[in-house]
Amino acid sequence: MKKQRWSWGKAYLALVFVILYAPILYLVVFSFSSGQTMEKYHGFSWQHYADLLADTRMITIVINTLLVAFLASLLATIIGTLGALAIKDARRPWKNSLLSLNNVLMVSPDVIIGASFLIFFTMLGVRLGFVSVLLSHIAFCIPIVVLMVLPKLNEMSPTLVDAAYDLGASRWQVLSLVVLPSIAPGIFAGYFMAFTYSLDDFAVTFFVTGNGFSTLSVEIYSRARQGINLEINALSTLMFIVSLLLVIGYYLISKRGGRRTRIVAVKEGDAQ
Amino acid sequence: MKKIFTAFLAIVVICILLALGDVAFNQQKTGGGKQTLTIYNWGDYIDPALITKFEHQTGYHVDYETFDSNESMLTKIRQGGTNYDVVVPSEYTVQRMKKEHLIAPLSHQKLPNLKYIDPQFLNRSFDPDNRYSVPYFWGTLGIIYNDQKVNGKDVQHWEQLWNPRLKNNVMLIDSARDVFAVALITQHHSVNTTNYHQLKLAQAHLKQLTPNVKAIIADEMKMYMEQNEAAVGVTYSGDAREMININPHLHYVVPSEGSNIWFDNMVIPKAARNKKAAYEFINFMLDPQNAAQNAQYVGYATPNKAAKKELPKKVTNDKAFYPPETTMKHLQVYRDLPLRVLGEYNDLFLEFKMFAK
Amino acid sequence: MRQKAMFIVPYALWIILFVIAPLVLIFYQSFFNINGQLTLNNYAEYLTSGVYLKMTLNSVWYAFLITLVTLVISYPTAYVLNRLPNKQFWLLLVILPTWINLLLKTYAFIGLFSRTGTINGFLQFMGLGSHQLLFTDTSFMFVAAYIEIPFMVLPIFNNLAEINPSLINASYDLGATHWQTFRRVIWPLSMPGVKAGIQAVFIPSLSLFMITRLIGGNRVITLGTAIEEHFLTTQNWGMGSTIGVVLIIAMFIIMFMTGDKKQKGGRH
Repeated sequence: MKKQRWSWGKAYLALVFVILYAPILYLVVFSFSSGQTMEKYHGFSWQHYADLLADTRMITIVINTLLVAFLASLLATIIGTLGALAIKDARRPWKNSLLSLNNVLMVSPDVIIGASFLIFFTMLGVRLGFVSVLLSHIAFCIPIVVLMVLPKLNEMSPTLVDAAYDLGASRWQVLSLVVLPSIAPGIFAGYFMAFTYSLDDFAVTFFVTGNGFSTLSVEIYSRARQGINLEINALSTLMFIVSLLLVIGYYLISKRGGRRTRIVAVKEGDAQ
Repeated sequence: MKKIFTAFLAIVVICILLALGDVAFNQQKTGGGKQTLTIYNWGDYIDPALITKFEHQTGYHVDYETFDSNESMLTKIRQGGTNYDVVVPSEYTVQRMKKEHLIAPLSHQKLPNLKYIDPQFLNRSFDPDNRYSVPYFWGTLGIIYNDQKVNGKDVQHWEQLWNPRLKNNVMLIDSARDVFAVALITQHHSVNTTNYHQLKLAQAHLKQLTPNVKAIIADEMKMYMEQNEAAVGVTYSGDAREMININPHLHYVVPSEGSNIWFDNMVIPKAARNKKAAYEFINFMLDPQNAAQNAQYVGYATPNKAAKKELPKKVTNDKAFYPPETTMKHLQVYRDLPLRVLGEYNDLFLEFKMFAK
Repeated sequence: MRQKAMFIVPYALWIILFVIAPLVLIFYQSFFNINGQLTLNNYAEYLTSGVYLKMTLNSVWYAFLITLVTLVISYPTAYVLNRLPNKQFWLLLVILPTWINLLLKTYAFIGLFSRTGTINGFLQFMGLGSHQLLFTDTSFMFVAAYIEIPFMVLPIFNNLAEINPSLINASYDLGATHWQTFRRVIWPLSMPGVKAGIQAVFIPSLSLFMITRLIGGNRVITLGTAIEEHFLTTQNWGMGSTIGVVLIIAMFIIMFMTGDKKQKGGRH
């Protein structure tokens, strides 16, 4: 009786996994098809990968996307870490309001973030393009960094800091020798999350981009509307591999950080 | 701390490398030194060989940038900080740009090849005497159908789209004015109506079309029509040409009772940096040989009379793309409408889409 | 102490510029009409024309269905996952697809669902004939649910993992059946996870805009689609912002309804 229930559960799970991965495998398989459409598999070919490499517009866009992701997550990590330090030291009523404000961008739908940033940039007269996209990405990446760093700060024992001061350490020494090392796993995790948020974003970028500047998601949107092009499949396959590597990397980082379970709380983002 | 610092440095280095890569790619594109002519045009709307030819003839370097809607182009020009020398807006946008003083009047002396343009495409109401614009291509709104799924006889007129036999088989272009044009024409109203009552009537008629509407989309329609996803689509002649080239079962019809006719035109923005090159380029594109080559490549109808003679008879005799006089006189041009009225079109269209099932 | 205050400067700037200012601006913009005049008309139109109210209801209804479908699929998934050995690894596999660009997954579905696509090919092979799959409500909801599944599985899984097994054992010891144990013990204890999942799925479903076009063929208009249209196509920012304000209000209602009553506040 018990055994049978289990196999039902596993069968169900297998079905869910098939559904979850079908579209991804579908893209990957057709990226190697020598045909031009996703109708029928036509035999193995690297053709679409060659096309992709020859497509300078696409390569420029990939470079742009990566540049935005690396830079935005770096700046977001710095500001977010400082923010977490500030929240940690803040007094009660302030602390709660800071945290609520921090979470506003986490729960807001992308459309609202995109639309309100668009109004904001237009009013300030910021030209839409690289700068507006970069600023937006920094903005929506900061709260996740704060949420990743703060628990580490709270875990840190206050006596450690006091001891350092007692031993005559300056503020900078305390920060660089005591505080930062002990919250490093949180900072790395925060950077990683910010990076994936930035890479993955479509809606916000769609609103605030302009003047010929484009990121991968936006480009894929406009290309998908022009019809199926297996070059995009080739690109998805490469991105899938990169994502896989990133996830493995993150898994290793968080494993070293000691709290594996936290992986789980992470991409949740919207759920916070 | 060391770990954090190393990671920080590594990321900064990566960023610098990426930025350098970006710059290198851009430089490759601009090929330093030479005087530059910047063209802002629709995507895939010129034969690239002509750009190379122009570069060889004149020694200018050409920067070709693209947009995908009149609105996005207009927003960008309005925002300033751009220095396009030649832009290719549609007629109602020319009217708007004129109103907003964004484009410069043209000196016809510098454009001797203007004489090759068919007089019927000159001096249109959106730009009297062509003071600001020179026609580039023109086209129509019409019906594309798949002869495997529907008999050609059954889709010659707009009203036939309402036929219950086309249930869930009609694709519409996602554009308020075009969809309303269809309904307004069936009701014998102007496609430029500013009468709210007429718009409401048109919307009521459109709502009856909803059982037939399969989707309201933009560029994607090309792919779906090519793949036999639907029997009928309402689209522009240029897109229709591309679809027909891929799927020979498709045919394009301009309903004889009337439709929209549109013109894309070359203009010189006030902020242009290289006006001399801009004139040279426009004149170059008006040359019959070049215009014919461009029409062959792009597949749209050319307003250039001399160029049309150079084109194969098979192309110019195709009534779908060069409609006969009797149809031509029923075709209507969009006028630039006041924002308030445009807002009404858009709201009614949004409402129509909401219940399109 | 003063040095400490320095920490907060960039962060406070961010809060003012990118959290408070945009929210204020969207509210401010909602009082302007398309010609840039100050007016209350947008709200009047929203409330009286019937079109927008109907659209809002429609959008809420779709979001409700999407959330329900996602919940029905995700709860058993989380439940079964939680009983597997190496469950963290399997959970990671559920989450992995969220790292793939959303647009790419949607793009794959266009290929899968089209008339000549793989699913129709399979149906024909099975002798079931070809069907219209793209541009239907079903396909729209399926794709939306597909995208949201991991966000629902995650909180439920976490919650189930935290349930003290001795409670379940106690239930069996007292003679409860599997079903009774589930209904009386597990389900109530997993409610916080379910609520968190609903919150994570419902709000994004209200504001979907790209799938409505690519998969729904623009025949489904959600609040998100309307905002996008008004901002980027018709350039009527005032009306777009008004709908935005409605969406923000909806967001607060959902958060209030699914929020924790215990007010965990600052403690994490």
